[in-house]
Amino acid sequence: MAAEVRFDRVTCAFGPVKAVDDVSFEIAEGEFFSLLGPSGSGKTTCLRMIAGFQYPTAGHVYIHGKDDTRLPPFERDVNTVFQDYALFPHMTVADNVAYGLMVRGVAKAERRRRAEEMLELVRLGGYGDRRPVQLSGGQRQRVALARALINHPRVLLLDEPLGALDLKLREEMQTELKQLQRQVGITFVFVTHDQTEALSMSDRLAVFNQGRIEQIGTPAEVYDRPQTAFVAEFVGTSNILRGPVTKRLFGVEGPVSIRPEKIVLRPDNEPAAGPDTGALATIAEVTFLGAATRYRVALAGDEATHLMVTAPNVLTAGQALPSGTRVRLSWGPETWQVLA
Amino acid sequence: MTARSQPHPLGQAEPQVRPARTRSLSRRLSGWLYGRRGLFLLILLLPPLLWLGVVYVGSLFALLLNSFFAIDPFSGMVVPEFTLATWAELFTLANFDIIVRTVTMAAVVTVAAALIGFPLAYYMARYAGPRMKAVLYLGVMLPLWSSYLVRLYAWKLILAKEGILSWAAGATGTTWLLDGILGLPVIGGPSLSVSYLGMFLVFLYIWLPFMILPIQAALERVPKNLLDASSDLGARPGLTFRKVILPLAFPGVVAGSIFTFSLTLGDYIIPGVIGASRLFIGQAVYMHQGTAGNIPLAAAFSVVPIVIMAIYLTAAKRLGAFDAL
Repeated sequence: MAAEVRFDRVTCAFGPVKAVDDVSFEIAEGEFFSLLGPSGSGKTTCLRMIAGFQYPTAGHVYIHGKDDTRLPPFERDVNTVFQDYALFPHMTVADNVAYGLMVRGVAKAERRRRAEEMLELVRLGGYGDRRPVQLSGGQRQRVALARALINHPRVLLLDEPLGALDLKLREEMQTELKQLQRQVGITFVFVTHDQTEALSMSDRLAVFNQGRIEQIGTPAEVYDRPQTAFVAEFVGTSNILRGPVTKRLFGVEGPVSIRPEKIVLRPDNEPAAGPDTGALATIAEVTFLGAATRYRVALAGDEATHLMVTAPNVLTAGQALPSGTRVRLSWGPETWQVLA
Repeated sequence: MTARSQPHPLGQAEPQVRPARTRSLSRRLSGWLYGRRGLFLLILLLPPLLWLGVVYVGSLFALLLNSFFAIDPFSGMVVPEFTLATWAELFTLANFDIIVRTVTMAAVVTVAAALIGFPLAYYMARYAGPRMKAVLYLGVMLPLWSSYLVRLYAWKLILAKEGILSWAAGATGTTWLLDGILGLPVIGGPSLSVSYLGMFLVFLYIWLPFMILPIQAALERVPKNLLDASSDLGARPGLTFRKVILPLAFPGVVAGSIFTFSLTLGDYIIPGVIGASRLFIGQAVYMHQGTAGNIPLAAAFSVVPIVIMAIYLTAAKRLGAFDAL
């Protein structure tokens, strides 16, 4: 498959600070690709370099196979949904949506028709004559989407577009965005710091940290096979074990990551699942989470090492084991991951 | 002290419960006023309302009233009877000329100030770093800190026949250019200091800060990402300027033009010192209320800038100048 966007050893420095440091990746045509990372990790700078608001200080950016490294934004076949929407306050919703058509010199009646069509697509039919200030956050969000999609760009860039919405609306928009992407078949590049958002929406994602990419892969790959401690901790939560304890429990050198929900916890008096697949521990803390119970356990013979274990509340909440119980921990062979 | 068996965790003395009796007067007054918003607002607004309502609006009303009186041509006394004679006198050819002359000058000064002020304001708002911005602010405001009269007479020296400009023209061999400009009909004259052109330059200089600052403030409020959005959607910088920056900065231009336009309309000192010694509205008011003693006509003249500003603001509103506010 052809790469829609390709970064070839791209660096972007602001003075002595390298916001993006020697980054290379490819985004395939029609893909929903997320750039995930904490603030200041370089994900937004990467997005701005695809849009053309920022030029790299080294390296090349290819869009649809063409070297667009230093092409101004208005020459690129790429449109952006901005974090705070950036709707033009002095124009009606319809004029906002039709802005891209106006720029291209499309006749007024045609503009009006296609803007209304676009508004229908984002379920805002009939809102064309309002002003952006008269809309709610979620509605503005959709206007920004319609405006960015009206020129049928090759790539749609979304800069934390759901950040300003409340939780319920955000979940709704996640589903809607995903549907919309399938409907229009455009490559989406989605910047977010929210790992659940990235996991649930993306075909693939890149995890950014300090200007570099830590890992690229499908959500399942990134979650189940984190390559670095940063990824293991930033995407979901994880137990990271270091030092001699990994040799004893997993038979390997080097740090190991194991997710809390992959550890099976039984009272010590029950028979073990099998030889050498576990460890003894004592429950130090019990937290009721509703759907699950989270235990903090101290390893027997290594009391300073604590592990988090989450167990689904299959029966009732009353089944939770009390603090101080001796337990046996076990895990399957594929559930843990050696980190770089 | 409340009884508690445990010592305070930080080991501090427990706060004393304040007895109601010791509440100070101001404290009680605050509490009493807190529930009475209307009374509070009345106390807050009474001084400005008195000032604006009685002194300002009241005197304006007195002015308007006076313009409907007339003076007795024999005694020179004001006759307090309703008449439109004064207003009719205002629209005689000579007086109407004064109005047209003043309004034209105000309009030209305003347009020129906007044309010169906008680029500088744009640079200040979009490009200048904090240090450069401070220098430019100072540069724009500095003239306002010195006396208007000092600056005016300084300009007279610059523009006079034997002044700095004609000297500079001689030194650079451009006297022909200066003479050519002074030879132009209407705006020219024997020297810059006695021409409309000279008066225009001084007006422009004196009122320019009042144009730059509002435009700069308006441009400052245009979010950067709107410009990004415009270029993202394919607009070249020129189109972004016309479709996004200018409409959003327009309220600032209008605010600035209200200053430059009304200040030029009302000024009576500059036309007296510089220019072709033709009367402007301000001078006419000064003359009629002073030496001529024709208070009603002076009042009628004073109403003219108010009416013109009202028309101007209505037109600006119709044009959508305040839509982006």
